[in-house]
Amino acid sequence: MRVTFTVNGEEASADGVWAGESLLYVLRERLGLPGSKNACEQGECGSCTVYLDGVTACSCMVAAGQCEGRDVRTVEGLAEQGGEGAERRLAAVQEAFVEMGAVQCGFCTPGLLVQSHDLIARTAAAGRGVPADAEIREALAGNLCRCTGYEKIIDAVRVAAEREAAEAGEAV
Amino acid sequence: MDFLRPSTLEEALAAKSERPAGVPIMGGTDVMVDLNFDRSRPPALIDLTRIAELREWSLEGGALRLGAGVSYTRVIDGPGAHAPALAQASRSVASPQIRNRGTVGGNLGGASPAGDCHPPLLAAGAVVELASVRGVRRVPARDFYLGPRRTARQDDELITAVLLPRPAGPQHFSKIGTRNAMVIAVAAFALALDAEKRTVGTGLGSVAPTPVRAEEAEEFLAAEFDWDTGAPPAEPVVRRFGELAASATRPIDDQRGSAEYRRHAVGVMARRALAWAAAEYRGGLGGGTRCA
Repeated sequence: MRVTFTVNGEEASADGVWAGESLLYVLRERLGLPGSKNACEQGECGSCTVYLDGVTACSCMVAAGQCEGRDVRTVEGLAEQGGEGAERRLAAVQEAFVEMGAVQCGFCTPGLLVQSHDLIARTAAAGRGVPADAEIREALAGNLCRCTGYEKIIDAVRVAAEREAAEAGEAV
Repeated sequence: MDFLRPSTLEEALAAKSERPAGVPIMGGTDVMVDLNFDRSRPPALIDLTRIAELREWSLEGGALRLGAGVSYTRVIDGPGAHAPALAQASRSVASPQIRNRGTVGGNLGGASPAGDCHPPLLAAGAVVELASVRGVRRVPARDFYLGPRRTARQDDELITAVLLPRPAGPQHFSKIGTRNAMVIAVAAFALALDAEKRTVGTGLGSVAPTPVRAEEAEEFLAAEFDWDTGAPPAEPVVRRFGELAASATRPIDDQRGSAEYRRHAVGVMARRALAWAAAEYRGGLGGGTRCA
């Protein structure tokens, strides 16, 4: 079947999609978007996390056919265009991951970035303050990292949230 | 394999009637895993995500009607106060990404003995709504689970909603796993006190071929509980309640835990849930409302 949906703001179509095929497979193998990683294929690891209609989901557990007409945002779409002609700028959480040393092998990073981006959007960037470490850990409970021990990741999310909160006019 | 995309409930029921071996898919958190691992190749997938009424919930005289396609995240954020034990269970499911997609209807459809929704639905006296081209019928949760992954749902039926009576007292859920996130429960227990009918409801998960109630424990506590004052139950009552809950289990040894541990764990969770519920009951008496 043919599946057409919006990916990172642009319409994309894939042909010859098998009925049981996952969104993850379509993104990686048919649309040239390998940022979302394929690891466990059962929702355990979170490395394939994407936004689907603004809500985070493991793309390995979404049937591609369910995405017809929907809006998907992957890790490739987190960097924002600052304005007409401006350069694409990494999202605050991406900058913070680099600065804080939250990336080692990098395999889990795309999923963690999308899931962290969602947490910050719902909290600090929405004027609800910087999430406590417990809230950050809960938000990232479905994303496995075997390198970092998570401490640097938590640091990065906190730093990014503090910056977003400052930008949103919140007292940090 | 065909991918069917009905846009109305009527179309979905027609599709399920024509293709009874077709597998409904909503959040995909069970169905896609089976497909990804080559464990199932159904003749058709029936995508239910476009059917608006399955994603809705409403209150009917205090009772909650929860569409089968409402995600755990939306149960927690929305009608959770009207189904306290189910809300607690929903908060404990897997991970945020899975709570965003997984649904109560899917948990019922899969009917794993370890499904997190089942103990609260049993304890609260929930009713499962099943629909087909032949009509709509309502099956109490206590009659719904027939065997491991086998339910009262007929092949041409879809689960459309679950109905939960207005909570008339404290409800509590607990489960045991090796860590907080992303584990299948080793054992789970739910308790609901009904202050108006003066009855007790229980639900046990992961400790029998199906989710089960501990009926002897329910009757014992209903008779022994001090419904007038909610006084902390005497130690022998608490102990006996735990023993009767544990005796309702029919657990097995597997890689997640031994039968003996599961039986023990249910007794402990039952005693704890009773203490929490009694304390909440007493608190409710003072505030003029008994409801959680």
